[in-house]
Amino acid sequence: MAKAKSTKAKSTKPAGKPAGTEDVEDLLQMYEQMVRIREFEDKVNELYTSAKMPGLAHLYIGEEAIAVGVCEALNGDDYITSTHRGHGHCIAKGAAVDIMFAELLGKAAGYCGGKGGSMHIADQANGNLGANAIVGGSAGIAAGAAFSAKRLGTGQVAVCFFGEGALGQGLLYETMNMAQLWKLPVIFVCENNMYNEYTHYNETAAGTLAGRAEAFGIHTEEIDGQDARVVNEAAKRLVERARKGEGPSFLICNTYRYHGHHVGDIDRAYYRPKEEELEWQQRDPITILADWIIGQKLSDQSVLDHIKADVKSEVARGAEFALNAPYPDPSEVDTNVYA
Amino acid sequence: MSTPNGNGRVITMGQAIKEALAEELRRDPTVYVMGEDVAEAGTAFKVLKGLVDEFGTDRVIDSPISEPGITGLGVGAAMTGMRPVVDIMFGDFSTLIMDQMVNQAAKIHYMSGGKLKVPMVLRTTMGATRRSAAQHSQSLHAWFSHVPGVKVVIPSTPYDAKGLLKTAIRDDNPVVFFEDKMMYQLKGEVPEEEYTIPLGVADIKREGSDITIVATSSMVQVSLAAADMLAEIGISAEVVDPRCTFPLDKEALINSAKKTSRAIVVDEGYERYGVTAEMASVIADGAFYYLDAPVKRMGAMDVPIPFSPVLEDLTVPTPDTVFEMAKTLCGAN
Repeated sequence: MAKAKSTKAKSTKPAGKPAGTEDVEDLLQMYEQMVRIREFEDKVNELYTSAKMPGLAHLYIGEEAIAVGVCEALNGDDYITSTHRGHGHCIAKGAAVDIMFAELLGKAAGYCGGKGGSMHIADQANGNLGANAIVGGSAGIAAGAAFSAKRLGTGQVAVCFFGEGALGQGLLYETMNMAQLWKLPVIFVCENNMYNEYTHYNETAAGTLAGRAEAFGIHTEEIDGQDARVVNEAAKRLVERARKGEGPSFLICNTYRYHGHHVGDIDRAYYRPKEEELEWQQRDPITILADWIIGQKLSDQSVLDHIKADVKSEVARGAEFALNAPYPDPSEVDTNVYA
Repeated sequence: MSTPNGNGRVITMGQAIKEALAEELRRDPTVYVMGEDVAEAGTAFKVLKGLVDEFGTDRVIDSPISEPGITGLGVGAAMTGMRPVVDIMFGDFSTLIMDQMVNQAAKIHYMSGGKLKVPMVLRTTMGATRRSAAQHSQSLHAWFSHVPGVKVVIPSTPYDAKGLLKTAIRDDNPVVFFEDKMMYQLKGEVPEEEYTIPLGVADIKREGSDITIVATSSMVQVSLAAADMLAEIGISAEVVDPRCTFPLDKEALINSAKKTSRAIVVDEGYERYGVTAEMASVIADGAFYYLDAPVKRMGAMDVPIPFSPVLEDLTVPTPDTVFEMAKTLCGAN
């Protein structure tokens, strides 16, 4: 079975590195992970539109810098919870693309044996407590994981990814209240791609987004979600705060979803202009990081091209593996209902 | 009958529940209790009074009034190494937590292909006749029983409550544990020594030969009282307590009905689409050729529970109404 390259090779990083120094290895790792998400999702789009993939697929393309910037600041055993737009978080936290493809195709070899699909992938080995098809539904789970990490004294942190649409859900605020009261090591990462499905957040969110968490006294930052370096630096700060017992934080990452709400959302002119889409694509997260790496002469184009070619072939192999993999045995239908 | 000799030690249902929690908190450091006013106040019903003195506020934790939040925290903590007991004061408030229970807790094990599990207990209450009106009196155990992935316990005696709660806490699945608010002062024999009761095993609370009365939670006492009245007119009623709506001990229900040839199912939830429908169907399906009459159902009237005592008392089965139904079914008019 083809395996994704290990994404958690940070032990090689020299300790005591001066602050602000760019670690080439880290930057290339982030580049590779963003490319892996992009290539994976391009393939998902292709499989879905050619009717080879069942169900719903919500693409993360355009938002890769957030998942990667945050997850690269985490340890392998730190927790994340994800959303219905969760492929990026899953890969960024270390999932292998072949097993992900298998899950998206409903195959037995998938992360959940084909029982979860695109919107429910969980990957316990990498601390991924699961994507979640209920908007805002995982806020309690993430805070609960942070609660248990604190009680058990494990030093782990939990990251709750959600879109700005989840800011309409009460559970998020109940959870923020308790997280701050009890100083839980949880980071609420709001991916503001501006659209609650098909509705601009200006129509759904009163007041400011930051003001929501600030009302609880939660440390809040708002950043450019297209720049993986910016996201990663912020995430490192917030993870450190959380590990030191300084409690939760709220990170707003401004970003844009290139595709529609889901793969079938092709005719989008009624809710967002084409010019806006093209404008945001000028600030592509993969290009921004590549330009930085090249501009700073930290590496050269041939290295990036090589990474991209390797990932492309890994994704192609992964899809091929999954397409050829068997479906679950019918006897699996009523297993795993109870532990 | 599985109810043992408690060596004469008699305690209330409330004490039995607190003992179960105390023993499990003592046994397993990953167990914690969280809810509104559970610590110093010992819950609105004072059931947990004193528990915080031994275990402290790190393990018996007062929460904000945030039912979805504390349930969600419980789900996440259960997935990552803890065994939470989440306290939802009134069963009516479980309407607020349905996403966390139905879409999260109940689904996670299955959706993850068995990789994740949610060993959590949701303690809540049920039952009318407390003059608490429509938003504090419902018995909503049928809602949870409808959903694959959760287990539902509805104990009727102090002995059962203690043994079942200990098992529920040790279970690797989300378990909803319903306590009848009117039964916290009910007394019964409970032994000093450690015991547990498996989930999904019914208990015959009274042996009989003429009619089976399947009764849950507070309806067990109601049905035992009815059985006494029936005995006076020469009808021998068997009272069977399933103790859990899921897993449901179908065999026990079917076997009792086969023995007696008549059956009534009595439960405090709403009658329509309720627990009684499921149990009556199980009996009708499994004992059809042994039955001398259709299986009858008795539940709460299909109305919001009224405030006025005169009205409220009409809404739930009583010893008299169960007696009348049984008498009619046995043709003893």
